[in-house]
Amino acid sequence: MAKVHVTSRINGQTQEFLCEPNQTILEVLRDELGLTGTKEGCATGDCGACSVLVDGRLICSCLMLGAEAAGKDIETIEGVAGEELHPVQTAILEHAALQCGICTPGIVVAAKALLEKHPDPDETTIRYWLAGNLCRCTGYDKIIRAVQDAAKTLAHPA
Amino acid sequence: MGAFAYVAPQSVDDVVAALGAADRAQVIAGGTDLLVQMRSVDREPRTIVDIKSLAETNRLDIGDDEVYVGAAVSSALMNENEALCNLLPGVTEAGDLIGSTQIQGRATICGNLCNASPAGDSIPALIAAGAICDIANANGGRELPVDEFVTGVGTNALEPGEFLLGVKIPRPAAHSRDAYLRFIPRTEMDIAVAGCGVSVTLDDDGTCTAARVAIGAVAPTAILVPAAADALIGGKLDEAALQAAGEACTAASSPITDKRGTAEYRRKVVAVLCRRAAEIAGQRARGA
Repeated sequence: MAKVHVTSRINGQTQEFLCEPNQTILEVLRDELGLTGTKEGCATGDCGACSVLVDGRLICSCLMLGAEAAGKDIETIEGVAGEELHPVQTAILEHAALQCGICTPGIVVAAKALLEKHPDPDETTIRYWLAGNLCRCTGYDKIIRAVQDAAKTLAHPA
Repeated sequence: MGAFAYVAPQSVDDVVAALGAADRAQVIAGGTDLLVQMRSVDREPRTIVDIKSLAETNRLDIGDDEVYVGAAVSSALMNENEALCNLLPGVTEAGDLIGSTQIQGRATICGNLCNASPAGDSIPALIAAGAICDIANANGGRELPVDEFVTGVGTNALEPGEFLLGVKIPRPAAHSRDAYLRFIPRTEMDIAVAGCGVSVTLDDDGTCTAARVAIGAVAPTAILVPAAADALIGGKLDEAALQAAGEACTAASSPITDKRGTAEYRRKVVAVLCRRAAEIAGQRARGA
């Protein structure tokens, strides 16, 4: 099977990789590029654990081929924090909005994307936006509070 | 035994050639159905033909006579287009009901159509809106009304070597708007138990002069219900007309019983959805 040669920008860095034609970008990130922060949950687009941004658009990386990433800008959980944690990450820690943590990278990526599009979302907007990010531990309330808190921090940085 | 291959042709002709060249070729647009099927249901090797590099499939145009939605246009992109949402609220809200934010970032209404699930939400909405499929092939292409495109559960009218380039939707006139409603047991992220798309045109007095009603998830394919439209036309969408339209939808449906609902339940619910969608479409048409 002929591998596909792909050049993308991943977290701001130009990256070249070879992938199988039927390999997902999730598998490429984890298995070829060592970016294991992005998690595989269901592998069918239901759980959101593998959420990444492609050209600024939130998607499930389990439902995109590596070959489709040619020329695309991809942001993963590894690209979220700078010198310090992103306010969404800090808020999730402070609100104890995680337990086992497998859904957390996807929730951080999705919540950050939400706040970039809707800086002041109401609770309904947050819940619908995150409806594709399943969490079996927290019962969601702490996640919602954390996102509301992060929105405040982003609007009024300390 | 073939192998997997991936190609991203740069022209319509090259897509058609790629579809003809492989033993087994399959088009990918959003990939939200294809990847699940390819990785868990049918793992056989094939050539994956990506149609997202074409200018034609990325078209999202609101013209004087028609709206064009290319096959690579995601549901998220449609719902961010305010003019489109104002003009075809039924079609855009159907796309907005399918899957999560993540799914809508990739999924396309044309893919929903090609996948041909009986419960596909955008299909009744597109039928109600009078959409026409723009099909590319080696002979200069052809057009087909959306209600003739889906031929059965998971099957469509595309011949080998053909692919769906986009859909053309007649631009709604003044006092003409659509609506789509579905019922699911939860509020989000589920598959329709029943769905109904309605488009109505009113005259200056509020009398309905034209209508299209389509129902989904209550038959092997989404279907146009002319009797429901007839019940709406000529009146002012009053109680009797809404009741009759709903009854026509119940009569036209042939649902199955499954874990989401019994056949009897679906027949009742589709009537309620028709009434409510017609009322919403009427309100929108009055304001348009």
